[in-house]
Amino acid sequence: MKFGVLQFPGSCDEVDALHAARRVGDAELIWHAERDLKGADAIVVPGGFSYGDYLRAGAIARFAPAMESVIAFARGGGLVLGICNGFQVLCEAHLLPGALLPNSNLRFTCRQVDLEVAHPDSAFTGACRSDEDGGEDPGRAPAPTILSIPAKHSWGRYYADEATLQALEANGQVILRYAPGENFNGSLRDIAGVRNEAGNVFGMMPHPEHAVDPLTGSTDGLCIFESMRLTVEGSTSQNKAGWSPKSKHTTATPGARGAG
Amino acid sequence: MLIRPKAGILDPQGEAVQRALPALGFAGVSNVHVGRLVELDVPDEAQLQPMCEKLLANPLVEDYEVQLLS
Repeated sequence: MKFGVLQFPGSCDEVDALHAARRVGDAELIWHAERDLKGADAIVVPGGFSYGDYLRAGAIARFAPAMESVIAFARGGGLVLGICNGFQVLCEAHLLPGALLPNSNLRFTCRQVDLEVAHPDSAFTGACRSDEDGGEDPGRAPAPTILSIPAKHSWGRYYADEATLQALEANGQVILRYAPGENFNGSLRDIAGVRNEAGNVFGMMPHPEHAVDPLTGSTDGLCIFESMRLTVEGSTSQNKAGWSPKSKHTTATPGARGAG
Repeated sequence: MLIRPKAGILDPQGEAVQRALPALGFAGVSNVHVGRLVELDVPDEAQLQPMCEKLLANPLVEDYEVQLLS
């Protein structure tokens, strides 16, 4: 299992993303000017301030050569995770619905947040189940899994129009919500992370890659990367004759390796 | 190109400006919204709308208006 981690001018979380991905598999950096995704089975679009956040966060990064390949990879069913600025880029690229707007408090905010896993069965949260599921009372609904993960951004207010929000809820596309009292940025319906309709593209504002080591206080972010590994390795082993993300993207981008 | 937040979408920047104005003695100001101005020279006016749709504005959350200066 190999992760490809994009790097734009102005990205700043790609090293932590590589580090987190390497806890569960291989990972390699992909410079924004390259079209070759280097055989990655899954892509991480990391956080930071791509192209200085000029115009709107993510607006220019969306047109990077590497993003053309990522869009083709995603359309072919490949797993793509966008974190913070990466989430903004995926929205701008129309791989995810909605948009991220300036925080309602107009401040850059950096803090640990509790997130509820609204759908523990998604391709990105399958490994995020908590140990306690219903307890002794079989009639009780299981408590939602809570992840403690840092968030740090000034453009994190998730917005989509009412019809889109209703469709997201109906399709189970809202994967992560800020726990009660944790929605500091004004996101509609407390949305912290959404997936696309097909389920292979996911964006979240908080930073799972900064929560993979007890040294920094929480290892809850690791389950996002572990879930992706399970999804990829499950799908390739069950799908010997047909599609695999690796072969799909190699066909889409034949040998266009960049200068690096 | 004048680019502004769509009506009905929370505009905290506009609200902050609106709250600041009375403190300077400008009473009764309402409906403050803050957007962006993009000035450019183009060889062909027909390029303007697609460039707004694709890059300069996010039509999901912003309205834009094109003004030709000459």
